[in-house]
Amino acid sequence: MQGYRFTLNGEAVELEVPGMRRLLDALREDLGLTGTKEGCGEGECGACSVLVDGAVVDACLVPVCQVEGSDVRTVEGMADPITGALSPLQQAFLDLGGAQCGICTPGMLMAARAFLDDGGEPTDGAIREAIAGNLCRCTGYTKIIEAIAAASEAGADGPKLPLDDVAGA
Amino acid sequence: MPVEPPVTTPRSLPEAYALLSSGAYRPIAGGTDLMVQITGELGEPPERVLDVWRLEELRGIQVEDDALVVGALSTYTEIRRSALVGEWLPALAQAAGTIGAAQIQNRGTLGGNIVNASPAGDTLPVLLAADASIIVGSARGEREVAAADFWTGYRETARAADELVVQVRFPLKPARTIRFRKVGTRRAQAISKVVLALAYREDGGVWRDVRVALGSVAATPVRVPETESVLEGAAPRATVADHAAAVIGREIKPIDDVRSTAEYRRAVTGRILHRLLREEGGW
Ligand SMILES: Cc1cc2nc3c(=O)[nH]c(=O)nc-3n(C[C@H](O)[C@H](O)[C@H](O)COP(=O)(O)OP(=O)(O)OC[C@H]3O[C@@H](n4cnc5c(N)ncnc54)[C@H](O)[C@@H]3O)c2cc1C
Ligand code: FES
Ligand code: FES
Repeated sequence: MQGYRFTLNGEAVELEVPGMRRLLDALREDLGLTGTKEGCGEGECGACSVLVDGAVVDACLVPVCQVEGSDVRTVEGMADPITGALSPLQQAFLDLGGAQCGICTPGMLMAARAFLDDGGEPTDGAIREAIAGNLCRCTGYTKIIEAIAAASEAGADGPKLPLDDVAGA
Repeated sequence: MPVEPPVTTPRSLPEAYALLSSGAYRPIAGGTDLMVQITGELGEPPERVLDVWRLEELRGIQVEDDALVVGALSTYTEIRRSALVGEWLPALAQAAGTIGAAQIQNRGTLGGNIVNASPAGDTLPVLLAADASIIVGSARGEREVAAADFWTGYRETARAADELVVQVRFPLKPARTIRFRKVGTRRAQAISKVVLALAYREDGGVWRDVRVALGSVAATPVRVPETESVLEGAAPRATVADHAAAVIGREIKPIDDVRSTAEYRRAVTGRILHRLLREEGGW
């Protein structure tokens, strides 16, 4: 066993755990951050998506030894740490019905965050590709895609989405 | 609870080689195969793991002499974004773009795909079609293995237990065209039912140096020499395409498995080849 250091949502952490511990277990069990979910445990569902140095990864496939010195971000770091105000992306999911049961939501948010941070053009096709590794069993994806498009500043240049139908609902 | 074998993170390639020559270690690169296999549900979990993810010596994509050289740790995201790959081997970028989704592409590596040696490994037919060679290294030195000699049996490779894949060399042949096709159940995150790479050089209206390589139709990725000989010296016309599609259907010996049936694979392989020939022939 050895100490692994990294930053988690901007704060330095050090963990004494086996290096092959899944980042998912380190977050949920050792650090008590249960926002990151486990669905399949084998890279298929994306419920465990987090950002490592800005790139979206499945935390069930990354051992802790590989995040030594990295910047790790989870859904817990999305809202404003002081006011608790939701990020525009979270707010859009809330407003547009992008979450139902919610199990996929933290992972969806992280995949969407990575996509928007990369400055990708938020077309319907590009958003679908960006969340192709995240399964949702409830929403049918349409409202998630609308929420991501709405949250992007360039959303107006994106596809004509029927936002009016849902925004006022 | 998942298995957590001891792991060592070497800081340099020589240190990694020294560890590998001192005992049994399973390397971990992006972990997208290993972390799934580590549960012990699919064979014995590794006793000890060697984390190679930080070995800079295994990274980077460049053109050296007459080859595009892709480091073993290049991720699919890096391959897709590489201007050099886009210029010299777009088929590899295309293959990378069909693997998993963003989460997998950000971690999964070319070296991992090669050593994992799944017959469904999507980059492997591209290596075969491009006459690539795989550089493996150990404390004993480096050696170059032709892709055609690398996958020796179902999930078996020519790599020795103390060797790492260092890089892949794709010889640059400016006049050559390489095409890639994959058929899966859906666009993203689907393991192939059939994957095909086709290479040729046009020479006065006919094709030369034809390579047809396939994944998911045999125990290893394979080339199909009978089909290649139908296309060698021929032009991509309709009659040639009909003939080649019939021959490839006879030549491959796919199996039934959870992802598809032998009959479907046979039919779809013929059809992919036929369609590619039609596109290339412009009819
Ligand atoms: C959800 C999901 C979807 C997937 N989709 C696809 C797909 O569509 N197509 C496809 O082909 N694959 C797919 N894969 C499989 C996997 O992502 C690829 O095979 C990937 O290239 C493996 O690379 P890695 O770096 O993650 O390998 P790892 O898991 O780190 O290693 C795989 C094997 O290679 C060995 N190894 C790795 N690097 C080296 C090296 N440099 N030298 C020596 N040995 C080494 C390891 O010891 C291990 O045995 C998928 C996996 C998941 C989980
Ligand atoms: S729990 Fe990690 S991808 Fe499903
Ligand atoms: S909201 Fe239930 S799985 Fe997506």
